Amino acid sequence: MTKLIGMTPSRRSLLKGMAATASALALPGFVQAQSSAPIKLGFQLHRTGIGAAYGRWYERTTQAALKVLNDQGGINGRPVEVIFEDDGTDPKRGAEVVEKLASQAGCDAIFGPLFSHVVIGSAPRAGELKVPYLVCSEGFHVASGKLNRWTMQPGITDVRAQVTAMAPWVSQNLGKKITMVFPDYAFGHDHRDYFTAAIAAQGGEVIKHIAIPPTETSFTRYLPQIPKETEVLYHVMVGPAVLTFVKELGEFYGTGARPEIFGFIDSLEAVDTASPGLEFLEGTHFWEGHCRVKQADASEHETFYRAAVGVDDNGASISDGKDVATYAHMFSCWETLFMIKAGMEAAGYQSTADRQKFVEAVEAMTTIPASQAHPQGDKVFNGKTHQVFGHQFISKVESGKLMRVHTTSIEDGMYPDAVDYTTMAF
Amino acid sequence: MDFGPFLLLALMEGMVMAAVLALTAVGLSLVFGVMRVVNVAHGEFFMLGAVIAWFVTHYMPGPPAVGFAAALVICPLIVGGIAALSDTLILKRLKYDPEATIVATIGLSYIFQQAALTFYGPDARPVLAPFDLRIQLPWFGYSGYKIAVVFAALAILMAVWVLITRTRAGLIMRATQLDRNTARAFGINVDRVYAAVFALGAGLAAVAAVLIVPIQQAHYLMGHDPLLLSFIVVIIGGLGSLRGTLVAALVIGLSDGVISVFFSPTLAKILATLLVAMVLVFRPQGLFGAKP
Repeated sequence: MTKLIGMTPSRRSLLKGMAATASALALPGFVQAQSSAPIKLGFQLHRTGIGAAYGRWYERTTQAALKVLNDQGGINGRPVEVIFEDDGTDPKRGAEVVEKLASQAGCDAIFGPLFSHVVIGSAPRAGELKVPYLVCSEGFHVASGKLNRWTMQPGITDVRAQVTAMAPWVSQNLGKKITMVFPDYAFGHDHRDYFTAAIAAQGGEVIKHIAIPPTETSFTRYLPQIPKETEVLYHVMVGPAVLTFVKELGEFYGTGARPEIFGFIDSLEAVDTASPGLEFLEGTHFWEGHCRVKQADASEHETFYRAAVGVDDNGASISDGKDVATYAHMFSCWETLFMIKAGMEAAGYQSTADRQKFVEAVEAMTTIPASQAHPQGDKVFNGKTHQVFGHQFISKVESGKLMRVHTTSIEDGMYPDAVDYTTMAF
Repeated sequence: MDFGPFLLLALMEGMVMAAVLALTAVGLSLVFGVMRVVNVAHGEFFMLGAVIAWFVTHYMPGPPAVGFAAALVICPLIVGGIAALSDTLILKRLKYDPEATIVATIGLSYIFQQAALTFYGPDARPVLAPFDLRIQLPWFGYSGYKIAVVFAALAILMAVWVLITRTRAGLIMRATQLDRNTARAFGINVDRVYAAVFALGAGLAAVAAVLIVPIQQAHYLMGHDPLLLSFIVVIIGGLGSLRGTLVAALVIGLSDGVISVFFSPTLAKILATLLVAMVLVFRPQGLFGAKP
């Protein structure tokens, strides 16, 4: 074979070359001061699947909050990036998304999921990977102790607190014999278990529980089970078919006699209360986590928040009046992002090595006043149960619009701690 | 609620379900009867009918009835066209081999579902019924539109029956079903018949979807349940027998309605599936099918 002069490497130079390349690859990719590298947050988004309506608004709210956060200088002077991944509102995919965001994308923390079955299916993985996992769900699963010390819910109140706060008003104003209609999975079971207990404490009684699969599309067949003696029909429903559920409820009663109706706005999130077929809702009451229609005493923070996210005074998108917001839930994304900022700044967060310090810093938080970062209202965070507590609202449908008639105090929704995560290992 | 009204509501709900199920299952049964093709994408044709109905009613000006009437005509035509294309481009190339067509139709179902997700989106969107009538019975109210659906389905099924038994096109279809080679020897373009039958089957599913979409909503995942139920009906009724399909649709629809109302929908599904298992064990040709 022809020997190419000067081009055939000797073994020594080959080994030197390989050592040099290896050490070059081991150096960091860019030589930049650690303090200005962006903070990466993962967002587990329900972009498709049964939670898609919520996912659409969760993404918008998060983008709006992110812009405000970065305009104000980010976290510790570092810009913040949010990486969105679709989990299809599926528990199995949720766990994979957690893995992808934590391992592949190298996110400092993950937040965002809502549907309780997805949260329960994904949180264990976050615990295994030791990544802070801040859920924007409503389930009681965080505060129940079922999950792990890395999982927290600092941005939205839980169902147990909500129904505990609702029971006194319902029994005093609507009636004492209740029939409950709820979706047959974790979130619905929280309603069933804790409202039944709360109303019993008020001297009332749930006379019938009607559980409906969350993927159901036809509801009339369940309605004959509602007993004649029902004084209050309590309904909460989720999924793409909620409009069908409420419409069929109206068709079933028609112009005949009907009990008082108390619903959770979940049954109408992203649905216009003035939709055809919903006229029977006039005069009925709803729990709202955050009032969809801008009330007369709205704070400046509320006004700022609405404008930033792009929601008009009726609770629909500014650019499309038919695109109604999931207003009672989406504030959780905004408030959680600002809780992450507060926690990271309190912990002096530098890198993923400080994740544990971040969780401990959030656990140390107690009173949270209403502010631009917390437009839904003032809150109290329970570091032991990893759950935040806040005000709940009851609204009445008047001329097709939800008008607030009652605000609960934070204490109305409190219940004994079921767990102390601070005693658990990380 | 007392037993009588309870049963009445159960039967009315069951009739609506049976009507829509009959239309969908007859489409599936025709395709299998004539072409011997198991069409796993049948549920997605149903979903496409609903989604296209949303587009038609959304963009058609005027009262909801006009848009709905347009959808009743346009959707089966478009979905039938898509089906005919699938047949000509894919199934024909596979020479209708049984295993290959199952795999191909599974692939088609994924394509249609993701196309709906991409162009229509992940949300469920309502379509207004052509008229808003509430019938108020002493014990409960009921939607007048649902009752109209039952009659509409009956009318369409009658039309299909007339097509198959009384027209030349139907004669050709039945001839091709009996013996493909002899039909070809008589000058029948079997490939064209197959495309037409595939289109007709898909079109029937689409029409069923258009009828149901004002009651439910149009959602890209809505094809799963109709597919499962259609298969149950077709297997129980007997593959290839239209009469069997109709009887089975009535039985399954009514029993589902009654059991759902008196017990639970889950139990209704359990019993339907159990029935399929019994049929497959004791009478594999179905109630009215030809003995294998």
